[in-house]
Amino acid sequence: MKATPDFRARKALSAAGVYAALTAISLVMLVPFLWMLSTSFKEPQAIFTYPPQLFPSTFKWENYVDVFSLIPFERFYFNSVYISLVVVVGTVFFASLAGYAFAKIPFWGRNVVFLVLLSAMMIPHEVTAIPMFLFMRDLNWIDTHLPLILLPIFGAGGVFGIFVMRQFFITVPTELEEAAMIDGCNRFRIYWQIMLPIAKPGMATLTIFTFVTVWNEFFDPLIFINTRELMTLPLGLSLFTDEVGTSWHYLMSATVMATVPLLLVFFMAQKRFIEGVAMTGLKE
Amino acid sequence: MKKSGKKRRGGPLAREAQLTGWLFISPMVLGFTLLLLFPMGKALYMSFMDWPLLGEHSFVGLENYRNIATDEVFWKVFGNTFYFTAGLVPFNIVLALMLALLLSKSMKGIGFFRTAIFVPVMTSLIVWSIVWKYMFATDSGLINQLLLMFNIEGPAWLYNEKLAMPAVIITSVLKNVGLNMVLFIAALQQVPRSLYEAAMLDGAGKTKSFFNVTLPMITPTVFLTVVMTVIGSLKVFGQIYVMTQGGPSNSTKVLVYYIWEKAFKLFQMGYASALAFVLFFVVLVLTLLQWQLRKRWVFNESDT
Repeated sequence: MKATPDFRARKALSAAGVYAALTAISLVMLVPFLWMLSTSFKEPQAIFTYPPQLFPSTFKWENYVDVFSLIPFERFYFNSVYISLVVVVGTVFFASLAGYAFAKIPFWGRNVVFLVLLSAMMIPHEVTAIPMFLFMRDLNWIDTHLPLILLPIFGAGGVFGIFVMRQFFITVPTELEEAAMIDGCNRFRIYWQIMLPIAKPGMATLTIFTFVTVWNEFFDPLIFINTRELMTLPLGLSLFTDEVGTSWHYLMSATVMATVPLLLVFFMAQKRFIEGVAMTGLKE
Repeated sequence: MKKSGKKRRGGPLAREAQLTGWLFISPMVLGFTLLLLFPMGKALYMSFMDWPLLGEHSFVGLENYRNIATDEVFWKVFGNTFYFTAGLVPFNIVLALMLALLLSKSMKGIGFFRTAIFVPVMTSLIVWSIVWKYMFATDSGLINQLLLMFNIEGPAWLYNEKLAMPAVIITSVLKNVGLNMVLFIAALQQVPRSLYEAAMLDGAGKTKSFFNVTLPMITPTVFLTVVMTVIGSLKVFGQIYVMTQGGPSNSTKVLVYYIWEKAFKLFQMGYASALAFVLFFVVLVLTLLQWQLRKRWVFNESDT
């Protein structure tokens, strides 16, 4: 196709418009992060200075140190990391085991059980949270990490995991299993040594999904945890917000520390993550 | 039950399949029964009881539900939840669709724009809400400071009955618009190129081929996304908790916040359970509607 000069000019103009619009929305998304970073280094009085400074006149690194004396930040961090890791490992293991069975093993009642599991995914978490609170209180598990670990693995998050893994295993040809069975492999070995290695992309998607969900979970920690030292990052940060009021420099130092590692992980796994969202989101 | 197994053989292999099948799903099924199914039943039971945290529980029948119907705060909360949803969903969907249309073709810098718009999705909701609480702060917030550059005295966004909810809505749209954008981009890339070529041969311009090719082809995804976004909006909690605590004067108190307050601050467990069932019922209706309509669309798709 040959473009006339007029057509080309119009095209360049509309491209400029597109870039302007995209730059504007990207700025709206990124400026809060820059602002957060900038404030985290500011002196308290610099926060209220007008006009606003993106680059603080003096960098006060001590804000970051002070956060640790105001709140047990390292405990929040540790709790978030270890709870997320345990939940990810548990979910991927149990969900892939069940997902494999639902996809590949013909057992009685398979379809009915799967349907019941799927339909339970629409139960709002808030409905079961109240009886769950009483249940955990009877077990003396309030103010422990057990509810924060067990509920996501075996609750809606786990069911979602079964669904993702089953979709994945269905695409694996049956011949592979049959050959292994003739060689005398039992089912668990087939699952562990043949299926899991094939399912790595599915497991990666589920891992990222579960990690982000658990890392950001707020409602459960809020109702089950009371002691500061046992809090996770989101809960600890929300408590800190109540406590420091308008000491934004402290608050922003804490949020920078809470955000940056996760964003680094995201940049490394970005492609897979976005593909995973598109895949699972569409099939849900 | 349609097919419980393709090959019906009574041999040892079939028996082995029964055993291992159930063995492999048993941890999940057990956990699911204890942590989801059983609490669901108990919540329903509790919604018919007067259930303080300490002290006697007593059966009250439908009284909790009757009290909800006459609870003024509930209707306020219900209206707020509706306001939040009605404000967020169209804003979110239209913006996501526009961004997806701009970012589905290859162009320079596409990776940067997609990433920038997706980064908030990856950020913790609590962190995002804290940062935006700061953005909206009356004296030190960036928004009011920028307004001051134009000689406009910014309002106390989060302490104003009329402005608090829009502020929370904007915060929430920016947080999640990237997610819907990614879903729409994936759907747009599924539309066969041949359809556009055919439309072009028929003399359809850009606008025409958008309305006659693109939109019909991605309608199922758009609809699915709308329903998911609506359900998500009905359950909004974290940003309200951080930014406004339901205030000022209940103007941002939404359903889940009210449930949380009744259950875990005032310990009216029975009443809170009944409130939770109102939420469940709304979500249920929406989900069934989605299934119904999806069936029809799948039929239509194979039709054309």
